[in-house]
Amino acid sequence: MVAMSKIATGNGHGENSPYFDGWKAYETNPFHPTERPEGVIQMGLAENQLCFNLIKNWLIKHPEASLCTPQGVNKFKETALFQDYHGMPEFRQAVAKFMGKVRGDRVKFDPDRIVMSGGATGAHEMVAFCLADPGEAFLVPTPYYPGFDRDLKWRTGVELVPVNCESYNNFKITRNALEAAYVKAQEANLRVKGLLITNPSNPLGTILDRDTLKSMVRFINDKNIHLIGDEIYAATVFMEPEFVSISEIIEEEDVECNRDLIHIVYSLSKDMGFPGFRVGIVYSYNDSVVSCARKMSSFGLVSSQTQHLIASMLSDGEFVDNFITENKELLFKRHKYFTWSLSQVGIGCLKGNSGLFIWMDLRKLLKEKTFAAEMELWRVIINEVKLNVSPGSSFHCEEPGWFRVCFANMDDHTMKVALLRIRTFVLKNNEAMVPLKLCRPSSLKLSLSRSLSRRMEAPGIMSPHSPLPQSPLVRART
Amino acid sequence: MAIEIEKPSSVRLSKVAISKTHGEDSPYFAGWKAYDENPYDEIHNQSGVIQMGLAENQVSFDLLEKYLEEHHEVSSWGKGAPGFRENALFQDYHGLKSFRQAMANFMEQIRGGKAKFDPDRIVLTAGATAANELLTFILADPGDALLVPTPYYPGFDRDLRWRTGVKIVPIHCNSSNNFQITPEALEAAYQSAESMDLKVRGVLITNPSNPLGSTIQSSVLNDILDFAVHKNIHLVSDEIYSGSTFSPSEFVSIAEILRNRNYKDAERVHIVYSLSKDLGLPGFRVGTIYSYNDDVVTTARRMSSFTLISSQTQHLLACMLSNHEFTQNYIKTNRERLNKRYDMIIQGLKKAGIECLKGNAGLFCWMNLSPLLNEPTRQGELELWNIILNQVKLNISPGSSCHCSEPGWFRVCFANMSEQTLRVALQRIHKFMEQRKVCSVNQ
Repeated sequence: MVAMSKIATGNGHGENSPYFDGWKAYETNPFHPTERPEGVIQMGLAENQLCFNLIKNWLIKHPEASLCTPQGVNKFKETALFQDYHGMPEFRQAVAKFMGKVRGDRVKFDPDRIVMSGGATGAHEMVAFCLADPGEAFLVPTPYYPGFDRDLKWRTGVELVPVNCESYNNFKITRNALEAAYVKAQEANLRVKGLLITNPSNPLGTILDRDTLKSMVRFINDKNIHLIGDEIYAATVFMEPEFVSISEIIEEEDVECNRDLIHIVYSLSKDMGFPGFRVGIVYSYNDSVVSCARKMSSFGLVSSQTQHLIASMLSDGEFVDNFITENKELLFKRHKYFTWSLSQVGIGCLKGNSGLFIWMDLRKLLKEKTFAAEMELWRVIINEVKLNVSPGSSFHCEEPGWFRVCFANMDDHTMKVALLRIRTFVLKNNEAMVPLKLCRPSSLKLSLSRSLSRRMEAPGIMSPHSPLPQSPLVRART
Repeated sequence: MAIEIEKPSSVRLSKVAISKTHGEDSPYFAGWKAYDENPYDEIHNQSGVIQMGLAENQVSFDLLEKYLEEHHEVSSWGKGAPGFRENALFQDYHGLKSFRQAMANFMEQIRGGKAKFDPDRIVLTAGATAANELLTFILADPGDALLVPTPYYPGFDRDLRWRTGVKIVPIHCNSSNNFQITPEALEAAYQSAESMDLKVRGVLITNPSNPLGSTIQSSVLNDILDFAVHKNIHLVSDEIYSGSTFSPSEFVSIAEILRNRNYKDAERVHIVYSLSKDLGLPGFRVGTIYSYNDDVVTTARRMSSFTLISSQTQHLLACMLSNHEFTQNYIKTNRERLNKRYDMIIQGLKKAGIECLKGNAGLFCWMNLSPLLNEPTRQGELELWNIILNQVKLNISPGSSCHCSEPGWFRVCFANMSEQTLRVALQRIHKFMEQRKVCSVNQ
């Protein structure tokens, strides 16, 4: 047998994480309002499906944005030939303008600092290649997006060192936690090259406050390491407090910062709901990084056909303003309804104001404060309640019992079905649950039917290592 | 105003970032600069530099435009954009099934049905650039080597080596046998790698060849596959120019060789393809990896997350390439037009007293200017190249940038311009050669 590389044969692809396991259950039995009303509802996919009507209306009014229409075909040849890794100037200008508007025009972005990549997935890998050698490390606050383990580490050989954040202070990233992580890295003989933050946070659905941001900027300057701000959810901040971008912080009077250390990763996958179009952006304040990343972007350029469409769409100021406002409103409404419904059955969430998900607190439903118990609860939610939610452990959360639940990738009807199922499940379990101090170990178990417990022991279903026949990245079907 | 602290010795970027392996310091790219600064234009800048260093196919755009005009309802999202949402959300790294099916069919048609392709073995990447890098990540570890016949596409230096840390060991080919790859050359390259303590993981061939503009013969393909089997290594066949063979019968794909062997030893073979050359769509970033090895397919698919094809583009091309009538006509017409262009440039060069390697494919010819060199060295070649770039004002690619072991060869692209521009280029060459004759007579 002819061998493959170590990278190929290892587990760096990350698909053995439970984050992807729930998708299997979804795929074998996906919910459909009429055809499969008992199916699993996908709540593990952070997609934004709320604004498509707005976008479709724009497309109908602007046929020239597509190269395939009679109005657009005259641009076909020059677009099809355009493979310059600088990217179309109109595209970069439109994206820079959009990024500025999303930040309330409090900052301006320079189109010449915009570098394309294959989605934010490609952007993160590219930044890691530029900033760190194999064996070097980035600090990442927990809980964090599971994809980072693949994006930052797999082919680059870079390590991730977690910065522990805990619920007692709402998962705030403290200077102490940063320092502790830095020391831990050093003890493990890992040279730290940067700090990666996601703001707004996935999975928390919260934004970083000014003081925390400033504290981070001080930290990275003290250590002379890079700061990578993944702001992929920037336009999903639907409620006060207002979003503060790293790009704003570095302009502030009292902030001392070496701008060569600052880099932003962005994408249109979440804010606009275009994950299929693979529009990833690296924005760096460091000229060498821009230059290097631009060369590397050859490995993941944005299709010129898509650049053309996006350039048209995002240079329409009126559309963009409308979109940003409408997007926030729809997310706000969805979030409010969701969190209110959950609170009605005693389920709390971390108080959030952004993102496409909530960080749900099910700690009191755990039979014990362990990750094994979290996994057990999660299997029940998938197999009995039939919702694919994401367990906190897959986000490297330090405390068991938290779950990320996506709410923007479905229509109203499906959301109501999902909430009803949660409600039913919680009420049923409230009957079965016995106060901790009175219980005997056996009655601490959540009520499980016999057949369910047999299913849980069956091989193939529970093993987190079962290979997926299909990509976990399936399109959501509502 | 924000306070900017005095920068300390700025924090070092990675070794990969600092290295020169991106390859942009090569003369291959330097010529482009001269072109960018003074580009030829039929009307506005008739004394500008003519770009003959870019292997683009512009001869068949009218066919694509005609298709779009006749089928715009289908290929855009239709009236009311009903399919838009689904398309915009589709990020599955398996890729659109209809697109993979269409690609498989297209690849089969190009090979005249002499090979079959399973759509489920097609992995999508943003261009062949990404495909070649991705395969290298999968087939070799940092510090290992791939054997590549010379002369080869300069971009391989970046694609195969830059971020992967893998090395290229050349398989030396020369004009004595029309640059064909011989078993001796293969073995010599392997030994050379071993002597440098490099573990060879595979052979990467380009068929039809860039820059030679010729197809690899069946017997040679068999030799190469035998060699790969014997050494237990991989074989990557970059067939990006397969649809640009002037006569369909002259191209033999590695897929056919495998079929003839009943797919024995197939698990070490991987094919790279793209629509950048055959369809002239480099901007759309459509690359594919076709592997006969299940593990490679699975891993490549996972890795393609870093470099997926825009679903918008997949949708358009799925429509276009599923239209059998369109693809049949396109493949046939494209071949004829490229053939015509090729004849035109060969005749033109011949009239000017210049010989080329006998070619039968691609978007370029491999021109022999070794008689013109001051000295038969790389330096001599670069001096001549400079003259051609700055005096004759043609950007052509020197063979040394393609790692050719013999100085004096140049790759000249002919499909990225109008016929009129090609005529102007040939006139300039003719004039240049005339002037040299006069000079040498006077000496």
